[in-house]
Amino acid sequence: MKIIINGQEIEASPGETVLNAALRSGIYIPHLCYHPRTGPAAKCRACVVEVEGTPGLPTSCNLPVREGMVVSTDTEKVKNAQRVVVDLALSSGRHDCLSCEQNGNCELQDAAYYLGIERPSFHFEQERYPIDDSSEFVYVERDKCISCGRCVVGCNQNVVNEVLNFANRGFETKIVFDNDLKMGTSTCVQCGECVQLCPVGAIIDKNARGVARNWELDKVETVCPYCGVGCQLVLHVDRRKNKIIRITGVEDSPTNSGMLCVKGRYAFDFVGSSERLTTPLIKENGKFREADWEEAIALIADKFRLIRDEFGSDALAGLASAKVTNEENYVFQKFMRREVGTNNVDHCARL
Amino acid sequence: MAGLAASFGSGAMTNDIAGIKKADVIMIIGSDTGAAHPVIAARIKQAVREGLTKLIVIDPKRITMADYAEIYVAQRPGSDVAIFNCLMQVILQNGWEDKEFIENRLEKFDELKNEVMKEKYSPANVEKISGIPAAKLVEIAEMFAKAETAAIFYAMGITQHTTGRDNVMSTANLQMICGNLGKAGGGVNPLRGQSNVQGACDMGGLPNVFAGYQSVTDEKARQKFEQAWNCELSGKVGLTVVDMLDKAYEGSLKALYVMGENPYLSDPDQHHVIAALEKIDFLVVQDMFMTETAEFADVVLPAVAYAEKDGHFTNTERRVQRIRKALNPPGEAKEDWEIIQMIANKMGSDWSYRDARDICREVNELTPQYGGITWERVGRTGLQWPCPTDTHPGTAYLHKDRFSRGLGMLRGIEFIEPDELPDEEYPLILTTGRVLQQFHTGTMTRKTSGINRLAGPMVMISVDDAESLGIANSETIKIATRRGEITAPAFVTRKISTGVIYIPFHYKESPANRLTNPALDPVAKIPEYKVCAARITKIS
Repeated sequence: MKIIINGQEIEASPGETVLNAALRSGIYIPHLCYHPRTGPAAKCRACVVEVEGTPGLPTSCNLPVREGMVVSTDTEKVKNAQRVVVDLALSSGRHDCLSCEQNGNCELQDAAYYLGIERPSFHFEQERYPIDDSSEFVYVERDKCISCGRCVVGCNQNVVNEVLNFANRGFETKIVFDNDLKMGTSTCVQCGECVQLCPVGAIIDKNARGVARNWELDKVETVCPYCGVGCQLVLHVDRRKNKIIRITGVEDSPTNSGMLCVKGRYAFDFVGSSERLTTPLIKENGKFREADWEEAIALIADKFRLIRDEFGSDALAGLASAKVTNEENYVFQKFMRREVGTNNVDHCARL
Repeated sequence: MAGLAASFGSGAMTNDIAGIKKADVIMIIGSDTGAAHPVIAARIKQAVREGLTKLIVIDPKRITMADYAEIYVAQRPGSDVAIFNCLMQVILQNGWEDKEFIENRLEKFDELKNEVMKEKYSPANVEKISGIPAAKLVEIAEMFAKAETAAIFYAMGITQHTTGRDNVMSTANLQMICGNLGKAGGGVNPLRGQSNVQGACDMGGLPNVFAGYQSVTDEKARQKFEQAWNCELSGKVGLTVVDMLDKAYEGSLKALYVMGENPYLSDPDQHHVIAALEKIDFLVVQDMFMTETAEFADVVLPAVAYAEKDGHFTNTERRVQRIRKALNPPGEAKEDWEIIQMIANKMGSDWSYRDARDICREVNELTPQYGGITWERVGRTGLQWPCPTDTHPGTAYLHKDRFSRGLGMLRGIEFIEPDELPDEEYPLILTTGRVLQQFHTGTMTRKTSGINRLAGPMVMISVDDAESLGIANSETIKIATRRGEITAPAFVTRKISTGVIYIPFHYKESPANRLTNPALDPVAKIPEYKVCAARITKIS
């Protein structure tokens, strides 16, 4: 079906929301509580629009498209309403962008920028909650929370760990872990789903704090090195330091839909570990010494040849790996079968 | 995998992750899914939460998935075949089987029937064998068989037994008679435990097959590879991991080339592994780290990490996905294929791969299932094998209208007890596995300090056993089997049955595999990690 947004004709499908049709067509409407993976909540009311023939300003995140619908997202009336919503959100917490981890990646900041809000018009109490850094990997700063509820939905409906929830009402509303425990002592398994969904800087990766600005990092999509589910990852990489700063899940991946576990998201220190091997090593008199590739390869080739010629190909064996690529495993078995001449190839599939 | 290959003709997870939400009933047996495959666990929990699926969990530990189960029961480790035979007996007695599927798609139904209808598999008898109440067995059979579509998910809790292949074929038997194969949401779904264990198997990292499960004993397959590789190839099936170490110990295996594996911690009976590694004349280890195994090596070669290279991993649902280079490797570390090529050429060969892409092309040519899974086509979402041609969309679930081997083969399987049972000297059953936070031998996860603070060594014991021995929670105790002993802090919990203890195998300071029994499944050659006899004692 066709709808019109800001005078532009847009092809939409039945059941789709106005917000979705707009975003898909490159028309920005501020939205804070809606996320594709947590669905419309119609709570924050930042996404209000005007619809011809409809009184009031409906929220676009839960407004289904209708044939011939005429929608405006950028009239003064709409923008004024959006401005009040975003202004209130900015006023009700400690949204100091300068050293906020989400700076440049913050949906509240994007909304304020779009609406031209330079500083909040209201002055509320800004420091109400102590920071919760009790968890190993997640840092919670409730003064930045806008109560959008994405983390609550993510924890309960996506990863179904059922730890996060809202407590209290109105201005006193806050997110809590279990029965208002510190995150580190709650039943949280630190999968980081809440971090990935948080639109602001309220729930962030603890170990990435103060390490790099979002725009300095290259994003590279790849696959998790741990279990066999094959969750797709985005590595956020600092090229100058040659280092992974943080990891998120690929939102539209068929395997994990953005979800990860504590290993996939946080156990990446091994890549940059100082214990990594950096040069070939040869053992002499029971001790390893550094060697160059030429020497190490020559030694291996000689020994393999000698053993093959003296004891036969089946006196050699190789272990391929469940942790390296298909291409590398293919080449490994080819090497054992073609160059060494044995089918003594296996890996730890059974272990 | 040997079990599924015998039943269906193809040894891989039959269905896909997306299918989870199409199952009316899911049975999890022998998989601590929440710990070992957390994101698949999330999908299953979603399906339960959304009212799409009912869950049955059978596990000796009360795993997190049990909280979402309609029925949870704990079995005595090693009693799985009896349980499956009992479920099938109840189903056949009540006529809940899929008669049309049995008639049209399966063979040897009578053989199966003769076995499972035996009196020893009656619910009353299997209660005695497994510890699962007879009424629960009947309830499980009814819920499972009456579902329009039901799926089984399992992992190493099914396979790591001397009867591992029997267990796997039992899951296949049950799914076949219920007609749960060849359709979305059903299937026999072994969850693969490592990022590319499926790919390593697919690529021929096995002693009996070339890439694409083409048998080394098959004359035609051998000729195909001889021609493609321009060489002569051996038609003799090679050694498995455990056999390799035995031969090394005996002295007939002289050299071992290890790429990215750590048998020191991952193989059973550590004392034996150490003796074997010490005996090998020439050991080459290619890894990111100086692993416990690498310490024994004559030459250690520095390899790159997943984030430092391009290529593909194949996940548990047969989905081939791209891995992409994001970082430069440290020092002089090289990609594994490059190192292998250097050795090959130094031995006088003629290899000339320029990059992983060149290798991928050769894989496409020689591996029928991967024929259409080209570098160019994999894209952001990947492709599921079998995908034989450039235009094939990939395969979400296997055995749609026919099994890979034609008819699905049922088999009557007799229940056999585990190799080592508790006795007076070693009165407990020791079973091993993983925890959520750590991975395999810990080479990767243990480099992140926060992970170590979350999950250290432990031995899980029941409240009853702890009380009778006067053991307090987190008290360090001694665990001994016929093969060795270790110490670990006790985790006293109601989540494990009396008489059973559980130790995760990730830790070199408390290596569970110093204790495990190296007895193998005679065909699949998988060691019995899930059952051995053990004793715990206080350290006074």
